[in-house]
Formats: sequence, C-alpha cells, structure tokens
Amino acid sequence: MNSPADIHTAQLDVTADFPILARKVHGRRLAYLDNGATTQKPLAVIETERRFYLESNANIHRGVHWLSQHATELYDAARVTVQRFINAAHADEIVFTRGTTEAINLVAQSWGRAELRAGDEILITAMEHHSNIVPWQLLCEQTGAVLKVAPVSDAGELDLDAFDALLTSDTQLVAITHVSNALGSINPVAELTARAHAAGALVLVDGAQAVAHQAVDVQAIGCDFYAFSGHKLYGPTGIGVLYARKPILQAMPPWQGGGDMIRTVSFERSTWADAPQRFEAGTPNIAGAIGLAAAIDYVQGIGLAHIAAHEHALLDYATATIGTLPGIRLVGTAREKAGILSFLVDGIHPHDLGTILDAEGVAIRAGHHCAMPLMNRFSIPGTARASLAMYNTQADVDVLAAAIGKAQKLFGT
Amino acid sequence: MNDSAPDLRELYQEVIFDHNRQPRNFHAMADADHQADGHNPLCGDQLTVYLRIEDGVVKDVSFVGHGCAISTASASLMTEAVKGKPVAEVEALFHDFHALLTDAPPDRDFGKLAVLSGVREFPARVKCATLAWHTLHNAIVGAQEPARTE
Repeated sequence: MNSPADIHTAQLDVTADFPILARKVHGRRLAYLDNGATTQKPLAVIETERRFYLESNANIHRGVHWLSQHATELYDAARVTVQRFINAAHADEIVFTRGTTEAINLVAQSWGRAELRAGDEILITAMEHHSNIVPWQLLCEQTGAVLKVAPVSDAGELDLDAFDALLTSDTQLVAITHVSNALGSINPVAELTARAHAAGALVLVDGAQAVAHQAVDVQAIGCDFYAFSGHKLYGPTGIGVLYARKPILQAMPPWQGGGDMIRTVSFERSTWADAPQRFEAGTPNIAGAIGLAAAIDYVQGIGLAHIAAHEHALLDYATATIGTLPGIRLVGTAREKAGILSFLVDGIHPHDLGTILDAEGVAIRAGHHCAMPLMNRFSIPGTARASLAMYNTQADVDVLAAAIGKAQKLFGT
Repeated sequence: MNDSAPDLRELYQEVIFDHNRQPRNFHAMADADHQADGHNPLCGDQLTVYLRIEDGVVKDVSFVGHGCAISTASASLMTEAVKGKPVAEVEALFHDFHALLTDAPPDRDFGKLAVLSGVREFPARVKCATLAWHTLHNAIVGAQEPARTE
C-alpha cells in the first residue's frame, strides 16, 4: 500500500460548479461522501431544468402546437444524448424510466413474464443491490423460475469458477451489477456476458454505480440490458434509463398500459406502439430526461477518463489514509475497484460513527447499503461507506480521517 | 431543522458508554414466559427481550442482540428500570420515556433513563433508543410480529 504522501491526486477542481458544496452543515464545511446514494447536481443541470419550465414546458408527442413540438424535440434529443453516452446502436434502444429499479422491474415483468417458464434459472451474484434481487424473486414466484446466486470471495470479488458452474443450459438470464454499491468491486461484465451468451443466457447489467465513474460502451460489453439512474450521474432524481438490444426490446410486451404507449385503442382490442414508446406509458418525466441529458453533457465536458483518473487517485489516497488508521477494517478489497471505501471501526457501530461524522460536516452512509445478503456473507450488520465523486478532494478524505479519530477518542477505543 | 453543531457529549454520556461496553442483563433466559424479537431493518439492529412475569410484576428481564451504542445502552438501562415493577407501571414508563425522546418531557423522575434524553436532538437516532422498549411492549402483550421502530 502506498503511503498517503506518495499519492498525488491529479486534478479536477469542479467544486465551484456544484453550488450545494458551498453550504455549511452544523457550521462546518460539507464533506459530501455519500455519492453512492446520490450525487450533487451541477448548476448546468439545475439551470437546464429551470429553463425548461420557464421557457419550454408542454406535453410531448401529442400537441400540434409549437410548444409541444419544441418540448418533444428536447425530449427526443435527450434520448439521443443517452444513446451516444453509452454507445447504443440506436436511439430507440433507450427507454426512459424512473430509475435503475424501475428499469430492472420492467425487464422482469415484461421480458421475464413472457419468456420464463418453471424450472428456468436466473443467475445473480451475492453482491447485488436489493433492486437486482427482489424483482427476480417476484418473477420467480410468478413463473416458477429459480434464482441462483454466484458467491463472492473475502475480498469482495465474484467467484468466477462458481459463476461458471452455476451457468447452465437452464440459465435464461444473468443479472449482474457492474460496480458493487457496497464494496466498490468492478465486475468483468464483458467477460461475464461472453460466458453467459455462450451458455445461451441473456445478460442484464445494473450500471447504477458505474456510469458516473467510467466510460460505458454497451456494445463493447455486449450485454442485452443495461440499467442506470440519472441521480447518481449528477442528474435529477426520478429519471433513469433502460437500454435493451433492439430485437429483444421490439419483441417485449408492454408492462404498463396507458397513453403514449398505444397505436390504436378500442374496447375489443388495443395495439401497441413500437419500442421505446411502448414502455413509456403516460406522461414521462420530461424535465428529468432533459436534465439528465444536461448532466451527461456536463460529464462529457469534463471527460470520463479525467473523472476516472481523479477518483482512482483519490480512492488510493483514501485507502492509504483511512486503511492505515488504527482499528480500521476495510470491507471490499477487490483488485478492480471504483471509488467506494466501505469500512468498520473497532468498537464503534457504523450508525454511531455516522452521527459523529455528521457533527463534523462529513456525510457518509452507514448501514447495509440495500445489500443485506452481502452483509450476511461478511457476517456484519453493515458498514460505514464513503463513496467518491468527481468533486471530492483530498481535503474531504482528510476531514473524514480526522473525524474518525474524534469518534475513537469519544468512544475511548 | 436546527443546523448548529450538535453536542455529541449530550448524546454519548458516560453512562451510555458504560452500558454499551458492559450491557446489564445481557443473556437469554431459559425460563422466560414472555419474549419478543425487535428488528430495525434499515439499521440492522436486532434484539430479543425475555421476561418472567409473576402476579403482574416483572420478576426478571433480559435481552440479547446487537446494535449501535444507543440501542444497546437503551436496552440495558431498560432492563434495570423495569425489573421488579408491575406491568402496568412498565407500560406507563414506556409511554413517558417515548415522550421524553420525542415531544414534551413529562414531569417525572426517569432515574438513569434520563441520560437518553440527549437523543431528542438527534431525530435520526430516536428509533435506536426506542427499539428495546417496543420489543418489551410486544413481549408483554404477546405480539407475534417482530417490533420495529422505523
């Protein structure tokens, strides 16, 4: 392990773009290290949403009036922005959803209910977020399909041999996280997709913790579905994306009925619009989609290569700084890791630590991180988690380290 | 919401550290005639409260489980506070203790339980301090579902 002094984080300085970072919490400078939960928003995103409501607001795909057409153009352009961002082959492979959770539920309830039969298998990993577990459990109850779970090592890496052994001709779907929200482990999703396809299974990748931290190319990964949320990508809450390969998406039945998703409606029979409109029943989150596109423009303006380099250097610094404090146990030490540091402090429960850190202006997450099976795997009730974003600096890590020291002093550990 | 710096010493008093490090009545009870589980799924706090009630009086009480310092100390202090008390008095104390942490503190002597009054300034932690009490209540009334405070 490098000593902190040896690590020079190369440098993004974007805090001025994020107005909330200038506020104080409990009279202290805010060290926001809860980016795995949600990221802060740059002024460019806030202003885009504001400007939409000030100048462009109308419903889409239905008005003959100018404003409706204008709003429709902005919404459709947002879809193209998302398509290019993840290098999808076609804009109509992009479905706007409320977030990652809804995107995964959409696949489960549309594709899954149509395709799965009793005895079919869905393979996930032990490091999944609840949102990539529970939708499949619901689907299994509905269809008689069986959920299989590939284990993770003590370091928090997927056990590839066990994964291979669990991948059989019965496996219809492999649903894996790109980056673990609780541990930061990065899964080799392209390699796993190749193995799954060779076994005849489709692949869904949960990209909620990936898209803000590394360039994602869905064609290079080769996956059939990719899901992510806007709000973890410096965009608004309530907007997310499901990418699905065109032939698969076009064949999927609707999962919610309503306006905008139909071609014709009569009381005897209705017919469905093509994808992606078929999966966007009702008035969508128009301002959210446009705000998400602004977030993507902002991220691409900085450059994901720069963001990834900055966060990796900062993670190394944090690992060296926090990992060498007395009484610290790091949870999740995978070789390939994104900017998440999960840890335990001897004699201090994560919730007590969270309260004490908060008093110092340090925002972290304490708990099971919506990954209760993973916490059980490590026989711990939860962890404290610092999760990094492009605007974090060494100063944030230093404040975290000092605050942990204060907690240890208070607890006499 | 008050944004001034909270006084951690108000929350984490010595008595709380003492009961966190060495919880009293911290064991299972073989001859319990009442017991209940408590679980805060979001925190992961989990405990079981055991009771032996004779002639409407709490003859013995104990708990096992794991949680943060506030929830462990609160459970420990609770066992000391209710042992030997009539059940009706225990239920009244639960009511008043809850009020102590949330709204107007009732005019009564809380004894050692008063050290938990600092939780008032930390709304996110009230559920930690009350889990044991909700579980105790469930044990008394014979509820089947685990107690929750979130």
